[in-house]
Amino acid sequence: MSDEKKLEELRLVIARHKFWDLIFLISGMLALMIAILTFIALFTQMLIDGAPRLSWDFFTSFPSRRPESAGILSAWVGTTLVMLVTAISAIPLGIAAGIYLEEYAPKNLFTELIEINVANLAGVPSIIYGLLALGLFVYQLGLGQSILAAGLTLALLILPIVIVATREAIRSIPIAIREGSYALGATKWETVADHLLPYSAPGILTGIIIGLARAIGETAPIITIGALTFIAFLPPSPIKSEFPFVSFEWLTAPFTVMPIQMFNWVSRPEEEFQFNAAAAGLVLVVMTLAMNALAIYLRYRMRKKIKW
Amino acid sequence: MVKNNLVEPEANSLFPTQYKSIVKNLNFYYGDFNALRNIDMVLHEKQVTALIGPSGCGKSTFLRCFNRMHDLYPGNRYEGEIILYPDNENILSSHVDPIEVRMRISMVFQKPNPFPKSIYENVAYGLKVRGIKQRAMLDEKVEDALRNAALWDEVKDRLNDLAFNLSGGQQQRLCIARALATDPEILLFDEPTSALDPIATASIEELIADLKNKVTILIVTHNMQQAARVSDYTAYMYLGQLIEFDTTDTIFIKPKNKQTEDYITGRFG
Amino acid sequence: MYSKNIKSTCEKRSRSTGNLRYSYKRHLREKFIELLLLLAAFFSVLITFSIVFMLIKESITFFQHVSIWEFLTDRQWTPLFDDAHYGILPLVSGTVVSSAIALLVALPLGTTIAIYLSEFASYTVREIAKPFLELLGGIPTIVYGYFALLFVTPLLQIIIPDLPGFSLLSAGLVMGIMIIPYVSSMTEDAMRSVPMHLREGSYAMGATRFQTAIKVVMPAAFSGIAAAYILAISRAVGETMVVAIAAGMQPNLTWNPTEQAATITAYIVQVSLGDLPHGSIGYQTIFAAGLTLLLITLIFNILGHLLRKRYRETY
Repeated sequence: MSDEKKLEELRLVIARHKFWDLIFLISGMLALMIAILTFIALFTQMLIDGAPRLSWDFFTSFPSRRPESAGILSAWVGTTLVMLVTAISAIPLGIAAGIYLEEYAPKNLFTELIEINVANLAGVPSIIYGLLALGLFVYQLGLGQSILAAGLTLALLILPIVIVATREAIRSIPIAIREGSYALGATKWETVADHLLPYSAPGILTGIIIGLARAIGETAPIITIGALTFIAFLPPSPIKSEFPFVSFEWLTAPFTVMPIQMFNWVSRPEEEFQFNAAAAGLVLVVMTLAMNALAIYLRYRMRKKIKW
Repeated sequence: MVKNNLVEPEANSLFPTQYKSIVKNLNFYYGDFNALRNIDMVLHEKQVTALIGPSGCGKSTFLRCFNRMHDLYPGNRYEGEIILYPDNENILSSHVDPIEVRMRISMVFQKPNPFPKSIYENVAYGLKVRGIKQRAMLDEKVEDALRNAALWDEVKDRLNDLAFNLSGGQQQRLCIARALATDPEILLFDEPTSALDPIATASIEELIADLKNKVTILIVTHNMQQAARVSDYTAYMYLGQLIEFDTTDTIFIKPKNKQTEDYITGRFG
Repeated sequence: MYSKNIKSTCEKRSRSTGNLRYSYKRHLREKFIELLLLLAAFFSVLITFSIVFMLIKESITFFQHVSIWEFLTDRQWTPLFDDAHYGILPLVSGTVVSSAIALLVALPLGTTIAIYLSEFASYTVREIAKPFLELLGGIPTIVYGYFALLFVTPLLQIIIPDLPGFSLLSAGLVMGIMIIPYVSSMTEDAMRSVPMHLREGSYAMGATRFQTAIKVVMPAAFSGIAAAYILAISRAVGETMVVAIAAGMQPNLTWNPTEQAATITAYIVQVSLGDLPHGSIGYQTIFAAGLTLLLITLIFNILGHLLRKRYRETY
């Protein structure tokens, strides 16, 4: 019967298609495996090389000419202080810009310009920010190769990330919440401050953490501003024993940061220094992974908890 | 509830037809939720059968059992049988390939869903999925399908235009043409006119009336007048159960069940 | 939280009731805040202008010494030698080769992963794999540089015995793996934004998952996927640390991936590591190189942005 023959043919075609479906399924899993295996290789390599160097001394020693006694004290202190500057300058500015673009900005050419600009800034290579900082902060404003210059450089770099996160978090709040607030007589700013900001806080926080995690690992712009790589001293302490108890001298101090220290060790020919690089890399990876994991967890919880 | 609501073909001398499909004791579960309960029904060959009932009664769920669309999402489970003739095979059986079922039983959706391709490519899609590549054959089948969907005259000069540029009613007829191109044995319609204006609705209804000479049709509709206008048989569903199934005339003129009567006369739903 | 905050809004209002007159004080405060926020938003434009201004300013002095013609056609880049040559080509070739290798790795693998996660994988696999890929994308690039130099290069030297310690191949491969999460997450986003009813339409015709993915979902997500690819190109071109560490810092006009060669970014790093006096021609070269880099990435970024916008508007 011709009907039956047609059905036979159809089944052959289906079998062939299902074969290709299977082939793709396998290649998809393989591709994912490649990504996972690379990560495992990367981590294992660093663990093998670096783990023996990880000791209390490694965290409390300055870099040294002798690899076995070198440590990352000045690097992690430097990273902490630079991040402090970055966070203090990027967070308020980023959130304010995000609020403006999402809640205030009229739909016009100027707003469009700012939006395209923010999107493009996010795609500018980090080393270009380094060049800007070299010309502007280091020479034009005379900040030198200081913690302040580095912190501001990284702040510029993560500003687009904070802006985009703020906008997305605010956008996800339904219009009814705004109307509810306006209906009670709140002004625009009161609506933003009493409702939109608190409700979008987890989302904004997620963006800030991702931004800071990115900044911690950034190497190129810091190299570009000419940060010294051999720093065997700490910046002056921000707390003083006599009045006024706080000091901002540290802002202008020379410094080194974790990735720079790692880069310095990687580029040494002696193998022992590369073990130090691995150890520093391990610390760096654990820090960034922990921050990113925290951000992912926050977002996950947020999705579970808040259902507008 | 009517226990045995299979309509005996002999009993309806007006419609001397054969069964295209028999549904036996069908249950369907979304996870733990029992969405269809013990459904028995038949589809008459080359007749239009309508499924009516209030929102959430399971009529769309039932329709989607016929082409195993529920297989696409995890946690869905069928129990019971939908026997397809002349194969005399239960299409819900795990031995049966849902892809073959879908090739033989086409579906038109609630919202027109043309692919982001040209008009021609949309209609040819099902044929290409079957591995047909000869241009001449594709051209012929595409034209046939578009003619059968009463769309040919409107689009014959712009077959390479993007399908999105058509009006809503045209898009839906395009989706019907897409479903017809592969000579399906059953055509499923899931509220095909709910997103359309009255004029487009009228043209789709006209089309369904023409198509029944060629293919068995099962249509879910929200609109009772539509069921009365286009269908030969009607099933009334409520809360996942089939309350009454009979010829459309019987259902609309003298339903046996009180619930059906309440719904038809607008006292409920 | 919502009800508490509503209450605080109520309290604030009740304090100022008593008349319905227009409050200039309130109005002024609102305007002031709006102005502050506007300034913050405008600051981002300021950053862009200062980047462009700084690069152009230093480049202008550079191009007073070196003609644009020489810059674009000279086949040597030796600005720090006595016999100085200022041809950007060797740096461009290094950048193009390393980026091409990276894209050859990242685009196919990233796309395959995206299709797999969006159309094939179960909910559980997707929920585990996506955060994992995100974590991979968060690893600092310097760590990938270390990995390229001390793991991938020795590994490649087993297969290609005369591969030097620095090579474009090794740097490009690792850079590609580094960009995979970037490509896969953006491509997957684009594919998942394709509405379900289009997929159902395809499945209802008897298509397999693969056919649906290739013939319906990918064309529907075309502009989003194209944007992902273009942004990946820009990312590869601008990547610095992996190439600076693993591809070497010798400018070398070559298209051979097994050689070492500096990229534009690696050159900037190399100069910054030394101690060049502010205002010297050597100092200006990195701004000229930076301007070249910015122009290349800017073109790709604008293109990518426009495409992304288009697919967001479609659905």
